[in-house]
Amino acid sequence: MLNFDIVLAGTVNGLAAGAIYVLVAVGLTLIYGVLHIINFAHGSLLMLAMYAVFFLFTRARIDPYLALPLVVAGSFALGYVLYRFLIGRFAHGKDENILLITLGLSIILDNLALFFFTGDTQTIDVPHASGIVEIGPAFLPKAKVIAFFAALGLCAALGAYIGRSDMGKAIRAVARERQGARLVGIDVEHVFAVSYGIGIACLGAAACLLMPSFYVSPSSGHAFVLIAFTTVVLGGMGSFLGALLGGFVIGITESLGGLFLGEQLGQIGISLIFILILLLRPTGLFGGGR
Amino acid sequence: MNARRIVAVFGAALVAAFALPFVLPSNYAVNVAAMILFTAFLGQSWNIAGGFAGQTSFGHVVFFGTGAYASTILQVAWGWNPWLGWIAAALAGGVVGLAIGALAFRAGLRGSYFALVTLAFAEVFRILANSAEFTRGGLGILIPSDPRAANLQFKDPVWFYWIALALLALSLAVAAWLKRSRFGAQLAAIRENEDAARALGIDVFRAKTICLGISGAMAAAGGTFYAQKYLYVDPSIAYGVEKSVEMLLVSMIGGAGTVFGPLVGAAVLGGVGEITRSFAAGQGLSLVVYGAILVAIVAWLPDGLIGVFARRGGARRGRDA
Amino acid sequence: MSRNRHALAPSRRQIVVTGATLAGALAAPRIGGAQARPVRIGLLHPVTGFVAYSGAQSRLGGQIAIDEVNAAGGIRSMGGAKLEAILGDTQAKVEIGVAEVEKMNEAGVAAIVGCFQSAIVLATTQAAAKYGIPYAVDVGASDLITSRGLKNVFRLKPGFGKCVDEAIKALGGINGAAGGIAKSAVIVHESSEFGTGTAKLLADRLPGINVEVKEVIKHDNPTRNFDNVALRIRSLKPDVLMMSNYQNEYVLLARTLHQQKVDLAGMFSVLGGGFNYKFAKDLPDVAEHMMDYNHWFAPTNPKAQAMKKKVEAMGTLFTFEVYLAYNAVKLIADALERAGSADKEKLTAALAASTWSDHFMPYGATRFVDGQNQGGEAAALQVQKGDIEVVYPAQFASAKPVFPKPKFG
Repeated sequence: MLNFDIVLAGTVNGLAAGAIYVLVAVGLTLIYGVLHIINFAHGSLLMLAMYAVFFLFTRARIDPYLALPLVVAGSFALGYVLYRFLIGRFAHGKDENILLITLGLSIILDNLALFFFTGDTQTIDVPHASGIVEIGPAFLPKAKVIAFFAALGLCAALGAYIGRSDMGKAIRAVARERQGARLVGIDVEHVFAVSYGIGIACLGAAACLLMPSFYVSPSSGHAFVLIAFTTVVLGGMGSFLGALLGGFVIGITESLGGLFLGEQLGQIGISLIFILILLLRPTGLFGGGR
Repeated sequence: MNARRIVAVFGAALVAAFALPFVLPSNYAVNVAAMILFTAFLGQSWNIAGGFAGQTSFGHVVFFGTGAYASTILQVAWGWNPWLGWIAAALAGGVVGLAIGALAFRAGLRGSYFALVTLAFAEVFRILANSAEFTRGGLGILIPSDPRAANLQFKDPVWFYWIALALLALSLAVAAWLKRSRFGAQLAAIRENEDAARALGIDVFRAKTICLGISGAMAAAGGTFYAQKYLYVDPSIAYGVEKSVEMLLVSMIGGAGTVFGPLVGAAVLGGVGEITRSFAAGQGLSLVVYGAILVAIVAWLPDGLIGVFARRGGARRGRDA
Repeated sequence: MSRNRHALAPSRRQIVVTGATLAGALAAPRIGGAQARPVRIGLLHPVTGFVAYSGAQSRLGGQIAIDEVNAAGGIRSMGGAKLEAILGDTQAKVEIGVAEVEKMNEAGVAAIVGCFQSAIVLATTQAAAKYGIPYAVDVGASDLITSRGLKNVFRLKPGFGKCVDEAIKALGGINGAAGGIAKSAVIVHESSEFGTGTAKLLADRLPGINVEVKEVIKHDNPTRNFDNVALRIRSLKPDVLMMSNYQNEYVLLARTLHQQKVDLAGMFSVLGGGFNYKFAKDLPDVAEHMMDYNHWFAPTNPKAQAMKKKVEAMGTLFTFEVYLAYNAVKLIADALERAGSADKEKLTAALAASTWSDHFMPYGATRFVDGQNQGGEAAALQVQKGDIEVVYPAQFASAKPVFPKPKFG
């Protein structure tokens, strides 16, 4: 029954799904690496970005792929402002307070969305992305092939930005040693906010790539939160390459787990591989020290 | 304050709390009070590990759900008396706590890594409960209604209030003991600086594991309470993420690592939840207000609600990953 | 009598339950100078949380019914007493649902209508039973709800045991008319009580109409993608796909199978969560020829058509939650009329003896056995040209079924 073709097709499906996980997780890992916080509002912000894509498409007829720069910029701005004027200001420098504030923020955003957009499931129909591409034995919707390559491209671009630009250097400096960075004159709060903004911008990109094949409702972002946390830790918190690899490992694990154990029980594969890797290598695949 | 005074004050408060239902105006109010006490108890179970020992968990529901399922299955499938099942459930939760603690702490997991591994364990349990035969999978288990004290079921909600009060009192006693005992001091040392604690000769692994075992047993006892009150268990009720969040939320908002933090947090958040839910004006607005109040509390009381009451440093400084 | 507790002047107790009162006041402003004391009806639904859409739709249906009763002069046998909604939000959580029932009891409700999720219906009916409050279940399919011997529980629509039996009959009929071309099926269901229970029954009954079940696939809520399920279905080559899912997953699964061009003779859901006018309108290509066996109004009934227009004029869809909650409230109003009192015992007795036929469901007059209406029947529906048609049973049908559906390409 489970012949080679199906396993191969499942692997391809897993890679495609993993690309989206990578995008969501890259944002999370960046935020974690710099701010050392777990962003509980991640799912809600993804949901918000998906609504942006939805409304741009239905109201302004803007294609989700063309909307990408717009949504990414908007998400960045939102993230920056949220950090600068809410999260950073009210946390009083305490990590656990950031956790609580992002949790509160997530409750607020989810229910604002419910109030303004109702709880209905919304989809968009993008004809040019609804075709199908045959890759060996796998049949992939065009939307997912586009998402795969776009995600890789965006990750590379982000990696280059963090690696090369001045802001990237500042981000890395702050991630490594906040006090030191402050002493050499880096505006640490600004860097925090930029990092948070970039993290949320990644969600904006993910939203554009997701919407042609997914749906949005006020709770739809949460479907990706657990998986993003898992990906981030699996790769090693704060590790860029780790999130990349982690996302694909999770995608393939989920896909093959589903094939061998059944769709529901198969989800256990993600958690098990996560637990096993942490128990055997507590800093994740690419984590440095703690 | 010396120990005797504390016991006296504590005793007086207990008597007052015991008598509270007689002055509360309605069953509704008694039910709300019971749920606040119960949430405070669950929060305290989280606080034992997350607050006192600094081992923040995102998946405490793994113990809660295990307790709920253990007593329910023993009762429905094996014909056990639920009171006996309750003890078994607490033991089961304790064993799961020890096991997860042993695995995670042996691997040296700390901070966010530990938090997320507990979340992963909770997911594993949820998925298993959803797939296994003996939990009836997604169908869930219905406990036949037979309201007799011998069945740990009551017609009058006041009994659940008193049971929740007893659980809470017990958990407060455990917390107070942790504040004063050698073991508690060890945990505090671990929370502040694990490596330094080890250098002082504390068996860090043992202390943390035992602590998680105690915490797990308590949360599991809470699971049985929940199952007996609502008479139905399914995988998402037992192992859903929301309960984990609720436990950590009341403790952290109240003041993690303090004896009364979870109670204060549960009372305030429970009250806010009840009041905001009455706003029926727009779909979702009640929770928007709830979330905003949550953020406001953190913004204005960064040391937790208990910070208002505590004269000497109630809440603790961060535990970083 | 608890309903007398809240007379007119605010009391200390009333302050405790300001919430409920406030909610009621906002929802249904009391008409000034009304003579008879209003009868309070609790509308308990998950208006926040992950099934918030369904909760809001249910609430809307209940409110429309209350407004209609009041506009028509209230409960005549009670001196024209108006109905007053006491709104409750379960937040899709068991403990909140039960707390809301306690609050409604304090507010002195005569009856409760609720509350969508079976797990929460089980707990809240139990809580209402403690006070003997009659409880009309609008949505909540589990057969356990009416099999526990609670005397206060009434359900107008059929539970899923009966729905599956009837769905199988419908599928057998449709398949038979097409020459029995469907010989095998794959079942895809969500993993909670609703989907699991339905799938178990389906797997049990399908062989009875000569359809072999090749595989039963269970999935979580939420599921992020169905690519592998599509892969599996493609390799198993079943003739029909049986689906039992909530809205989000229903839409995603249907869409994935369409995008991947998986050929099937038919896709047939039982109480399919996402099968509604919006789905047919938003994703017409995906929805075309999908079938569902679900609660449906009698399409030939003018009252149903009038209400459909009214709801659509409000910018909302006429989904099953709306008309099931609507009819549940109307059922209670009828019983109030006959009981001539909001006394809970009398009302319960009136509900139990109900022979109400003024609804627009294809049910005939009501007859309750253990709280379950016996005449309740659902209908087989199909999306045809972007609209939803009843295709079975024949006496209500508005179109002929298209089966097998045309192949891709």
